[in-house]
Amino acid sequence: MTDVALEAAALALEDTQRRPWRVLFAAAWSQHRTKIGLGITALLVGTAIVGQFVTPYPPDQGVANQLPFAPPSSDVWLGTDTLGRDVFSRFLAGGLSVLVLSGIATALGMVLGVAVGLVAAYSRGKLDDVLMRSMDVLLSLPQIVFALVLAATVGPELWLLVVAVGVTTMPRAARVTRGAAVEVVERDFVRAAEAIGLPRRRILFSEVLPNISSPLIVETTLRMSFNVAVVAGLSFLGFGLQPPAADWGLMINENKNGLTLQPWPVLLPVIAIALLTIGTSLIGDGLSRAAIGIERGRTSRG
Amino acid sequence: MHGITGFVVRRVLLGLVTLWVTSVVIFAATQALPGDAARSILGRSATPESLAELRRQLGLDKPILTQYWEWISGIFTGDLGTSLANSLPVTEIMGERLVYSFFLMLIAAIISVPLGIALGAISARRRDGAFDQTTSIATLGLAALPEFVVGITLAVIFSTTVFHVLPSVIVTEPGVGPWNYPKELVLPVVTLVIAVVPYTARIMRASTVEILESDFVEMARLKGLPERRVLWRHAVPNALAPTFQVTALNLAYLAGGIVVVEAVFNYPGIGLLLIDSVRARDMPTVQAIALLIAALYVVLNLLADLGTILVSPRLRTSLE
Repeated sequence: MTDVALEAAALALEDTQRRPWRVLFAAAWSQHRTKIGLGITALLVGTAIVGQFVTPYPPDQGVANQLPFAPPSSDVWLGTDTLGRDVFSRFLAGGLSVLVLSGIATALGMVLGVAVGLVAAYSRGKLDDVLMRSMDVLLSLPQIVFALVLAATVGPELWLLVVAVGVTTMPRAARVTRGAAVEVVERDFVRAAEAIGLPRRRILFSEVLPNISSPLIVETTLRMSFNVAVVAGLSFLGFGLQPPAADWGLMINENKNGLTLQPWPVLLPVIAIALLTIGTSLIGDGLSRAAIGIERGRTSRG
Repeated sequence: MHGITGFVVRRVLLGLVTLWVTSVVIFAATQALPGDAARSILGRSATPESLAELRRQLGLDKPILTQYWEWISGIFTGDLGTSLANSLPVTEIMGERLVYSFFLMLIAAIISVPLGIALGAISARRRDGAFDQTTSIATLGLAALPEFVVGITLAVIFSTTVFHVLPSVIVTEPGVGPWNYPKELVLPVVTLVIAVVPYTARIMRASTVEILESDFVEMARLKGLPERRVLWRHAVPNALAPTFQVTALNLAYLAGGIVVVEAVFNYPGIGLLLIDSVRARDMPTVQAIALLIAALYVVLNLLADLGTILVSPRLRTSLE
């Protein structure tokens, strides 16, 4: 790893004290893993967004004169799926749902979690205990199990999936926020803001929040990576998008039994989901190393 | 109360409270939500009479607190209710499935915990060397992959397209234990191991690196002890404490992981039962499995906290 670059970024800290995230991105960018991660992620996000407009065949209809599980040919480049639909078209059209659903869920979870964590860190005492213990309760069910319990009651609805993944992201975000904010709320500028009588909401969101932006950016990236896996997993289990929609997770579910006849309708989405989770977690790892490097630079220089 | 006993008592009480609140959450999510289980089972075309009859059968006509009380008191007497899918007691349906799931998790844990610890310790010893670099990249990549992606990739490689050496689905007979299917167990176990090892290895590496830089390890080296002995006898035991926490969390995470892994390999454990029950809207079974998984998490966390206290002399004395 390039410690020199981290040092340089840490030295630049004084000038950019007001925009810690700029320093963070600069230090993260200096590492190969961040660039590779961004490259992979950009490629897949690009495919997911543009893909649906350039499908060679309609993704939800069978191709004329093609049997189910037809092998790749000049007509259908990667063959057909269990219902005789073009695999490549379904792949191109099937990425957006995973990205949008996990993106909204992550945003929802981070907003809720940051709010809970900030209030807990600032109020301390009883409220802090109650808030963080209730976060522990939510942690005791794995994300997928929580989503399945809700799906049993309401059915496989997309809004429900987003709420389930978002609500289970919240306690994890709250822990990180509280951990980072606990030390910030003790600093002089918060005391000063209290002394001049700023309202509590102002103190939390304009004084404390900007000072914990680095750990929160790292956490958001890592949560996004996890949530892509959870959302794709739920769709694979049949509790995400419903047929005949084109969706990577659903594609794997529908074509799993034809693996020996035609591996492409399973392999293509599997590879895409694998690359997407690896790409986002590489970015997360690059950011987190950068944040640690900056923190070290700061403490070692007093 | 002070000392270790006080700590243990407080910690156990906290675990019980967490579990109780979790039971309320599960109950609220399945029975008290505005959606009506009877209607969702019978569909929109159901007659009011059949709806009322089913509601009476499910106990949905009683006050919500009574329903909760009947459910939670049933758990203490070993009565988890009756499955809506096949009218058998939930305990009976879960019995053999539990054996299958626990066996799968146990084998996965027995392999992955020592493997993760060893990988982490060796990486720390050869810090920034080729082994460390490779492990670091491999664990980062593998940790990111969802279990179903790993499972299906393994199935593609070992049982369908590339080689035909291992079965990718398990077909069991009633009354036959999971240990009778060693070949069928390989892929599910390997999938779970791949899901857990990266986390254990990474935390173990980080904590061993820290310990190897500490004074007492330097002392042991200055005494002229061989490096191998310094690592395994002095550094590793002291690096285990943080690893305990992460390992416990990951074993609890295995409980979530088995849901997906069992679905991939059609393995007849409680994970597959949960999915089937969710599809069939079999609420009593869903509630029972969810509570069981939550209990597993709470117990493992409790054990991790107690284990941390036991292996860290500093923490132990600070409580006394």
